[in-house]
Amino acid sequence: MSALAISVQGLTKRYGDKTVVDAVSMDVSEGEIMGFLGPNGSGKTTTIRLMCGLLEPDAGEGRVLGHDIRRDRGAIKRNVGYMTQRFSFYEDLTIAENLNFVAGVYGMEQPRQAVRDTLEDLGLISRKDQLAGSLSGGWKQRLALAACVMHRPKLLILDEPTAGVDPKARRDFWDEIHRLAVDGLTVLVSTHYMDEAERCHRISYISYGRLVAQGTTEQVVRDAGLTTLVLSGEHINDAAEALRDAPGVEQIAPFGASLHVVGRHKQTLMTSVNRVAQSTGVTVTPTETSLEDVFIQLMGQSKDNML
Amino acid sequence: MSRHFSFRRLWALLGKESIQMRRDRLTFAMALGIPLLQLMLFGFAINTDPKELPAALVAPTQDRFTRAMVTSLELTGYYRFIAPNATAEEAEAMISRGDVLFVVTVPSDFGRRVQRNELATILIEADATDPSAASGAMSTLGTVASEALQREAGNTSDSSAGHNNISIVTHRRYNPEGITQYNIVPGLLGVILQLTMVMMTAMALTREIERGTMENLLSMPATPIEIMLGKVMPYLAVGGVQVIVVLGAAKAVFGIPFVGSLSVILAGIFVFVLSLVILGYLISTVARTQMQAMQMTFFFFLPSLLLSGFMFPYRGMPVWAQYLGEIFPLTHFLRLIRSVMLKGADAATVADSFLALGGFVLLLALFSLLRFRKTLD
Repeated sequence: MSALAISVQGLTKRYGDKTVVDAVSMDVSEGEIMGFLGPNGSGKTTTIRLMCGLLEPDAGEGRVLGHDIRRDRGAIKRNVGYMTQRFSFYEDLTIAENLNFVAGVYGMEQPRQAVRDTLEDLGLISRKDQLAGSLSGGWKQRLALAACVMHRPKLLILDEPTAGVDPKARRDFWDEIHRLAVDGLTVLVSTHYMDEAERCHRISYISYGRLVAQGTTEQVVRDAGLTTLVLSGEHINDAAEALRDAPGVEQIAPFGASLHVVGRHKQTLMTSVNRVAQSTGVTVTPTETSLEDVFIQLMGQSKDNML
Repeated sequence: MSRHFSFRRLWALLGKESIQMRRDRLTFAMALGIPLLQLMLFGFAINTDPKELPAALVAPTQDRFTRAMVTSLELTGYYRFIAPNATAEEAEAMISRGDVLFVVTVPSDFGRRVQRNELATILIEADATDPSAASGAMSTLGTVASEALQREAGNTSDSSAGHNNISIVTHRRYNPEGITQYNIVPGLLGVILQLTMVMMTAMALTREIERGTMENLLSMPATPIEIMLGKVMPYLAVGGVQVIVVLGAAKAVFGIPFVGSLSVILAGIFVFVLSLVILGYLISTVARTQMQAMQMTFFFFLPSLLLSGFMFPYRGMPVWAQYLGEIFPLTHFLRLIRSVMLKGADAATVADSFLALGGFVLLLALFSLLRFRKTLD
């Protein structure tokens, strides 16, 4: 087992009487790409800010790169690259000016060389004097990533880096993340996209401030213990209607011309589905449960916990 | 519903706007509270015919004629003798610093000459840098002397005395022609610097917060003092350019005399501008949006303009208002710049003003560093 880049226990953050992050514990090994998933408002960004030393936790403790998140904020800031959810470099500065600024604030030894290398890697040499604000979403994201890794951090934390970016740019982005991880960089990345989650070594799923699942995608899917059936045929709309409150049926989701029906209790689910299949004439085939099915299930469950 | 105007649509717009106005508590509170507060404050504090102005008396022989003069000067309501037995040197220092607006000198042979019915002279020196402050007091002088001595003569039943054998010599010091610009232009330097410096730096951090760049800045290894200096120093340079422009125009266009030493003037301006940019920075650590920063700047700006002695004579305000005026850097700067520029005061004479401004710098910097949020909490 290699050393831990992130090791936090019981992190808690409250705003008034609202607990936004509730006793979150997480270990991330060096060189690992950890996917951080959860619905909107589940506390992903707050957890990340706690780890970066940008927020003071109300309870819990932890170490990031061996530095205490309460006491050694300066050391954490020097060694972590943090890419915020919203583009937060200066839109009224040019690309080169932004990079020069970052190089200076991190006190880099050879800032000119670093900026030049970064611009070359990005393929932005010819556009270095363009204002950052005039870049498209995809380019802003590339610039932000380049600026975050310029000071050669040991840990890269990305908060929904690919929101609003087209599929091609997303794929390029992930290729870059994997390249960086091969060189030994640890990455914690939050996302909504299931395909991105599957590109991570491990994932953590947070809902309503609580960590509800952790492991490789296979582990998470297996641990959920769900059964998924695909219904197809002419009358799937009738079938969907009939299954709405049937015992054992926990999710019904249309996928094109077919219907995914998901439940925890295999036997009860099969009984209900078979009964409806007979009356409506749709065909039933078992399929592998997808990560998305698991997440929707987890969301529903933790909502129950809240009530 | 008409295509061009519909009350229903207007109603929807009005409703939305009033909800937003209510949600922005600070703006709402300022819109309601400030007019009332300022009306009460300025209504009582401002006085364009200032009374009870501080004066010093230089009278080696404090005889009954001298006392009679002093009493009748005080009875006009314009003079208040805060230094009733000063030496000539003390009085000179006080008027140069601006502690007193008048120095009344009664020569030692005054009583003797009055009794002998010879011509007796009193010297009243007025600080005329602000022509409006002294004018009321000066205009009453003619009647004061004769009345006082007539009364005193009546008491002694020496009817021969007091037939206008008194001459009151008045000196309008520092600005003998009563040119208003002499007073206004150095003050304007302070006011212009205050408005631009405070407002610009007040936006400094709120702009980062509004644009979302603050999160990034905080995640990088920059310390609070580095961030403060990084924000404040560029505006110090902007202030430097303004100073050159205004001082140049004061000399070239308005012909304001630079009586005192230029290096003391520049040193005073430097400390003042430093206190302003740090004040602006403090505002920006408190305000959450640029709009709030702007409102706070104006909330600060108006009272400092009215209570500092820029628009109305400082010594003409009630004592409580004078104490209130002390909390504005502008008040101390005006004292300093007018003393040095117009009266030729040296650094030692205006040491109090320097100390006050330096104290603002330290205090405001300390507050700013304490207020600065190192986290996004």
